[in-house]
Amino acid sequence: MTGQLVRLAETERGSIPFYLDGHLFEGLEGDTVLTAILMARRFLRRAEFGPENRGGFCLMGACQDCWIWQETGPRLRACSTALVAGMRLLSDVPDDWPAA
Amino acid sequence: MTRVLIVGAGPAGIRAAETLVEAGLHPIIVDEGARAGGQIYRRPPENFRRSSKVLYGSEAGKADALHDCFERMLSQGSLSYHPNASILGLGAGQAQFLRAGKVDSLAYDKVILATGATDRMAPVPGWQNAGVYSLGATQIALKAQGVALGRRMVLAGSGPLLTLVAAQLIKAGANVEAVLDTAPLQKQAAGFVGMAMARPVVAIRGLLLRAQLGRRYHAGVRLDQIEASDTGPTAVHWRDAAGRARISACDMVGMGWHLKAETQLADLVGVPFDWDDTSAQWLQRTDAFGRGADGVYLAGDGMRILGSDGAELAGKLAATACLTDMGLAAPEAKVVLKNISRMQRFAKAVHRSFPWPAQMVRDLPDDTVLCRCENISAGALRATIDQSGPEMNRAKSLGRVGMGRCQGRYCQLAGAEVIAAQIGGQPSQVGRLRGQPPVRPVPIEAYVDPNP
Repeated sequence: MTGQLVRLAETERGSIPFYLDGHLFEGLEGDTVLTAILMARRFLRRAEFGPENRGGFCLMGACQDCWIWQETGPRLRACSTALVAGMRLLSDVPDDWPAA
Repeated sequence: MTRVLIVGAGPAGIRAAETLVEAGLHPIIVDEGARAGGQIYRRPPENFRRSSKVLYGSEAGKADALHDCFERMLSQGSLSYHPNASILGLGAGQAQFLRAGKVDSLAYDKVILATGATDRMAPVPGWQNAGVYSLGATQIALKAQGVALGRRMVLAGSGPLLTLVAAQLIKAGANVEAVLDTAPLQKQAAGFVGMAMARPVVAIRGLLLRAQLGRRYHAGVRLDQIEASDTGPTAVHWRDAAGRARISACDMVGMGWHLKAETQLADLVGVPFDWDDTSAQWLQRTDAFGRGADGVYLAGDGMRILGSDGAELAGKLAATACLTDMGLAAPEAKVVLKNISRMQRFAKAVHRSFPWPAQMVRDLPDDTVLCRCENISAGALRATIDQSGPEMNRAKSLGRVGMGRCQGRYCQLAGAEVIAAQIGGQPSQVGRLRGQPPVRPVPIEAYVDPNP
């Protein structure tokens, strides 16, 4: 699978495993959640109000476009959250979410 | 001791803190970033290895000086520092903030707001798709994560950041297909004279960066559409200065039209606003030192878009005013005031060179997404005005433009332009979106214990 992002520098870092929609991926130490996901794929989440996908927009915590779900419940802002080993991330609302 | 709260640890916040510390105070500094520095001098995570020369180019010396200044104050225990913390609301001497998923509050006597700026954004049909980013985002990704946001990048908009980001990406080895500037060359040339007179070195540095873009760069363009497939952008459709239709293939678009001050917190503490014709946005009314209200001081791009050098000066001035109002000895401000007025002359010329694309926004097709948060179209806003009248806050209540989770940061100016066009007037005539706390989204469990 090809992601949206290209690493231009800082590639000599240790790797961190994480799960996205149940599949195992690897990011690098110091990656944000946004960077790690977009290295693996071209979007972060489905839009709630339109047919398109969303991938973040401002990367500085202002636009709130990059909030994604986790299997464990709370959502997180992907651009300002550091990737942590074992994170279980989702691109869509969990199946048991009533308002989906 | 008087408790002085500083919001933001960029160039303005850090220099404000330094001035207060030198006067013997112990400021409290709250910042959204993981490491102090702000956006333009943003620092990557600690395990990254690129030198500051690589990260900040010609500004490396200034960046190092600023970071060192902050680290020195921190290691000497001269200030209280709360990183990764977002102020949600301010008032009555209390600041509420979100940190590590919990809401907390702290008391203050005086506050210096150094909140910075976001990209000033004009919608382009298709901009809601994944793979379309702000220019600021494009630079942050490169600087703080070492990544390019796409394999074939098209950068569009206008302002100093457009040329700077494009040149930085090319230097770092990214593939920049086209740089599309909506500012016509003759406007840029007219503004350049003013820029060169106020800050000759900076103006010439800008020209040299521009030269590095070569044939990728086009001035006086009009953006028609970002074409996208299921997986993201595939092309930007645009018209050149002669009106010819052009297409640039891409898988990423970075866009922005200079900057928009981040003003929500000042609004909450009662600072008055005026429409600023020069920068085409609402700005706080302050005196020359940044006094905005009783015990409220402003500094940096959150007050007025002067860039990082101007922000450092404004930070010193705000702290100087704060000290003076406390009856404490304050540093002499004459030279700083003189230097900042040079920055203001430069900024004015920059705004003249790279204007807000008012007509392009007024001409947006009805089906263009205007509000990215909730996909409200330009046509829906136009239809709302029949019921709400031509006023931003009422149009927001009825039509939801500005109601989404960015709270109007990215749609407010375009919305005002669309409404103004309907009445044959100017954005200054249709009102200003009032700031509402919390100024950042807060998860409900930050307020309540999920396992009581």
